[in-house]
Amino acid sequence: MSELLTDIDVIRAQFPILQREINGKPLVYLDNGATSQKPQSVIDAVSNYYSNENSNIHRGVHTLSQEATSAYEEVRKKVQKFINAKHSHEVIFTSGTTGGINLVASSFGETFIKKGDEILITAMEHHSNIVPWQMLCERRGAKLKVLPISKEGEIDIEEYKKLIGPKTELISLVHVSNSLGTINPIKEMIEIAHAQDIPVLIDGAQAIHHTPVDVQELDADFYVFSAHKMYGPTGVGVLYGKEELLNDMAPYQGGGDMIKSVTFEKTIYNDLPHKFEAGTPNIVGGIGLGAAIDFINSIGFDFIQAHEAELSRFAVSQLRDIKGLRFIGTAKERAGLVSFVLDGIHPYDTGVILDKLGIAVRTGHHCTQPVMNFFEVPGTVRASFAVYNTKQEVVKLVEGIDRVKRMF
Amino acid sequence: MVVTKIEQKEQEIIEEFSLFEDWMDRYEHIIGLGKELPLIADELKTDDLLIKGCQSRVWLHAKVEDSKVFFTADSDAIITKGIISLLVRVLSGQTPSEIIETDLSFIDEIGLKEHLSPTRSNGLVSMVKQMKLYALAFRTQQNNPL
Repeated sequence: MSELLTDIDVIRAQFPILQREINGKPLVYLDNGATSQKPQSVIDAVSNYYSNENSNIHRGVHTLSQEATSAYEEVRKKVQKFINAKHSHEVIFTSGTTGGINLVASSFGETFIKKGDEILITAMEHHSNIVPWQMLCERRGAKLKVLPISKEGEIDIEEYKKLIGPKTELISLVHVSNSLGTINPIKEMIEIAHAQDIPVLIDGAQAIHHTPVDVQELDADFYVFSAHKMYGPTGVGVLYGKEELLNDMAPYQGGGDMIKSVTFEKTIYNDLPHKFEAGTPNIVGGIGLGAAIDFINSIGFDFIQAHEAELSRFAVSQLRDIKGLRFIGTAKERAGLVSFVLDGIHPYDTGVILDKLGIAVRTGHHCTQPVMNFFEVPGTVRASFAVYNTKQEVVKLVEGIDRVKRMF
Repeated sequence: MVVTKIEQKEQEIIEEFSLFEDWMDRYEHIIGLGKELPLIADELKTDDLLIKGCQSRVWLHAKVEDSKVFFTADSDAIITKGIISLLVRVLSGQTPSEIIETDLSFIDEIGLKEHLSPTRSNGLVSMVKQMKLYALAFRTQQNNPL
């Protein structure tokens, strides 16, 4: 492999949008938890695809279609390698994390969930990992059980063990919490679930760009993530699933590509991965995802993890001294973000003023209303980091918060 | 051209804001307006009167006196509340028809348009819609007395 890219200025220079000014101030982009910015290589891959390669994939005999198919299927192999899946057909392209969870809720649910069964989630899940299960439970007469969290925003493993029962059919939990930053001990939790033959889905949306993920080492049954939070395009994501489970599951959507043969009497479904990929997929999104993985590999997770951990530590040490600032989520193992509230100042107000200063943070409930209710806050201010963020930007955030405090 | 009462009030606010040189001054003024007084009595802060924005919450109460609509409103976010106080200043005490017809262009002129964008999800867009719906309901009532 060529030499790794570890100079922040060089990394930043690859992101055209970071040159922008917002409200007359240089952009400080700290909303990476919502979506990351895209490097030139991803933008070029997308643009080049439409300029030179565009064609519909699979079954086309002409050159362009063959080339597009190979390019798209190469990305599947790249993803396989990236998450160390056993087979490339265990990589299902989806529209994103939400799409992946809905696919499993629908197809796994159709095949395996009966009346009276239980699905276990945690109290720190994103709405995307709550609502599809609620909908499934409603359809099947199943029950959604919720593992509580501590005031630090952590899971209690003993409590977890207690909630797993003979009726638990699936456990779905977040790898890294989007509103608290908590890194859950998913390996241990999967092991505990497997001792009772219960499959586990991991929502990796906030983990995939921060930490290396090895689905075989984790022994995850399903692992879902989005390209757009890992420097790739929006509208594309991945559902990793173990071959055996995916084979047993009912198809998701019906349409082209997911079939072997169709008559009005009977349709034979296609093999993996196509069985779950009805219709023309987001081909260019997949191409962009491939470029995003190349980008991450060109830096390496050693650097990414060290840099982001350093930024988080620095942010906590700087923000801690601000009077009236309270962190929401103080788990021992945390990744990539700080979430906080300011005494007597609404997160919305904080966000509006920070935006005027060119600082993009996220405010509100972060699609985790149960978490906000638990901490009894209307929302939080969240600064989430990516590999291109700098300590100077954290300093600007701290200065911005000082300004906010003076104004209110 | 006849200048309506709403337009008069809008003009007053535009002049008031023209004194400020930059966004900081403007926002400090709005924050001041937001802080000035609780616009709605606590007992009216009920779920019935709550308009849920994704970012901030807004309460709105309306009543009719002498064929005019009077609004009181509130929010948990101060900037939202400051803008509410401007909207209430303009719309409260006007006739239903005037309220229904106004386009509140003054918000744009004083540089606060972004707060009335649906993407802000601060509850303000829904609040303005609700104010107009109240006005419409009151007008219907006035035209068709029981």
